[in-house]
Order: sequence, then structure tokens, then C-alpha cells
Amino acid sequence: MRAVAETLPAVRDERTVSVRRVAIVPALNEAPTIARVVEEIRAVDPGFEILVIDDGSTDGTQAEAERAGALVARLPYNVGIGGAVQTGYQYARDHGFQVAVQVDGDGQHDPAELARLLEPIVADRADMVVGSRFLGAGRYRTPFGRRLGIRLLAGVVSLMVRRRMTDPTSGFRAVNRRGIVLFAADYPHDYPEAEANVVAYRRRLRIVEVPVAMRDREAGRSSITVLRSLYYMIKVTLALFISLFRRYPPVVEER
Amino acid sequence: MTPFRVSVFAAIAAILLLAVIFELIRSRRLQERYALLWVITGLVLLVLAVWRDGLNVIARTVGIAYPPSALFMVVGLFVLVVLLHYSTVISELAERNLMLAQRIALIEQKLKETEAPQNSDSS
Repeated sequence: MRAVAETLPAVRDERTVSVRRVAIVPALNEAPTIARVVEEIRAVDPGFEILVIDDGSTDGTQAEAERAGALVARLPYNVGIGGAVQTGYQYARDHGFQVAVQVDGDGQHDPAELARLLEPIVADRADMVVGSRFLGAGRYRTPFGRRLGIRLLAGVVSLMVRRRMTDPTSGFRAVNRRGIVLFAADYPHDYPEAEANVVAYRRRLRIVEVPVAMRDREAGRSSITVLRSLYYMIKVTLALFISLFRRYPPVVEER
Repeated sequence: MTPFRVSVFAAIAAILLLAVIFELIRSRRLQERYALLWVITGLVLLVLAVWRDGLNVIARTVGIAYPPSALFMVVGLFVLVVLLHYSTVISELAERNLMLAQRIALIEQKLKETEAPQNSDSS
């Protein structure tokens, strides 16, 4: 493990040692991969508390995650990725965590990249860091159609948050306490990632995108169908458009 | 031919409907997911109000002599779809509500058991 630690300056950094941090791992029927994700996070940085949000799985995801030593919050039925992730942020808020990262339970996000995600937050350059597949780190095979969709969305989101966002649909993120408190109170439903960028920007959070390598999906569903992509694009476009007309008062933490 | 006044009235109705939907979403009283069918209904009404030739074609195809009736038929069909959709949504909500009630009842029971285990012995 020493070799890994050498290459991860932010993780070794004494500034991070005392920071209470939690890894939020949303999972829906990820029994084949969830244990490895949990173990990899712990191997990279044992300082993380690992909370798996089981979004109503039917394949023993909960048992696998617990076997690997993670805390598991099991939702009584499937609430969708937005609600699942928000549950994690509420846990982080209620238990006084300073930093939270989101790592998908399907193994697509490589925990080895966590240091890159954390660095801007530890250095207090950002309130939210988004890991992007499209900034040159690693190769990620994206089908043409999806890539086109992401491009379009990236253009729209970039305009709305007044900075270049190359991978607005990425769910590989880190936030500080401000981000935790915000997302615990206000996180979009359904397909939340692109909209979450806008919510964060409108609530005055500093956003930074960093290059990360992502892996291809290892097992399980690739739940993208034509009809669903169509719904995705329409729903997200509508949500982004309407967010232009919403007011976003700053979120303050109740004491 | 559709009377011009019918088209104007239908267009105004469609725009009002879309405006109300917009405001409901904006103020977070309506989620996008449940607004989508309404948005489509509003857009179809708007298109058929403005595109008068299209309405005539539809009326002729279906065999309706008076084109405005076709307008009401199409809108009626969409409302039917929306209602059917909501029936499934209500069923899903009822199902989930039941699950929650059952879970809470069992959690409460477990909580009581862990809080005061001696009670069960003394009874």
C-alpha cells in the first residue's frame, strides 16, 4: 500500500489527516462490484467512512457491502440516484463531516483518483470538485450518441455556470461542508448531475473540474435505452431551462 | 375550415396552460417528471391552434366534418393519457406509502423492544 500512498500527495498531506470525510456510494443491484469498490476506497485512504446507499437492490448488494465493512443505508424502495445520493449528504450533514465524495457503486469510478478530487477542496480552492473523463486522463470509451449528448449538455451547462464544464453528467464528485449542507437540503431528482452543477453555481459554490480516468462499466446493467435517453435529454433540458428563472437563496447551516 | 376565433382562443388557452405549468415547476410545486405530459399536451394544443391546415388534415383523415371538433378530440385524448398516467403514479405512491407504514411500525416495535426489554419479562 506504501507505493499507492507515495503517488497520492493529497491523501498523505497532514491537512487531510484530521478532516472528517465520508465516501457516499450509491448502489443499485451492484452485488458483483460493490465489495471491491468499498475495499479500494479503504485501501486508498483508510480515513474515509464509507456509506453505501442501497437504492432498493434485489441482489444482495447490502450484504456484500456490509461484508466488505461499509456502513449501509438501505432505502425501502428504489428512489432514483438523486434521492439516494441526497440521503448520503444528509448523513454527512447530520454527522458533522467536513468533506464528502461520491463514488458510484458500479466500479466505474476509480478510487485511486480520489486524491485529485480532494486536492482543490483541501487547498480551499473549491467547494465542489467534479471529476471529468474528458480532460485527457485515461481513455474512456463512450458511444458516439452519448458523447454527442454529453457535448451538448456540456455546452449548455458551461454557459449557465460561466466556466467550462466538460463532463457535466459525471457523478464522481467531492464537496466540502458547504456543499454537503447544500446538497442535503437541495439536490435534484431523476437525472441529477447536470442540474446539480447549476444548483451549486447559483448558490455561490466554487466549482472546479479535474481530469480523472474512469473505467468501463464492469458488470450489470447499462440502463441506457433510446427512449430513456430521449426522456433524459428532455427532462434535463427542461430542468436547466427552468432553473434560469428560479431564485436560489444561499443555504445556511442551522445550528 | 376552422373559424379564426376558435384558433385564437385555443392558442391563448394553450399559452395559459404552458405558463401555469412553467410557474408550478419554477416554484417547485410540480416536478419535471410529472410535468412532461402536461407540457406535451400544451404544445400539441398550441400547434394545432396555430397550424390550421394541419388541423383540417387531421379532421378530414378521421372523418370529422367540423375541424374544431378534431381539436377537442385530440386534446381530450391527451388528457385521457395524462389521467391514466396519474392513475399509475397514484398506485405506485399507495404501494410505497404502505411499505413505509409497515417499515415504521416494525422499527417502532424494535425500538421499544431495545429500549425496555424488561417490560416483556414482567408482563
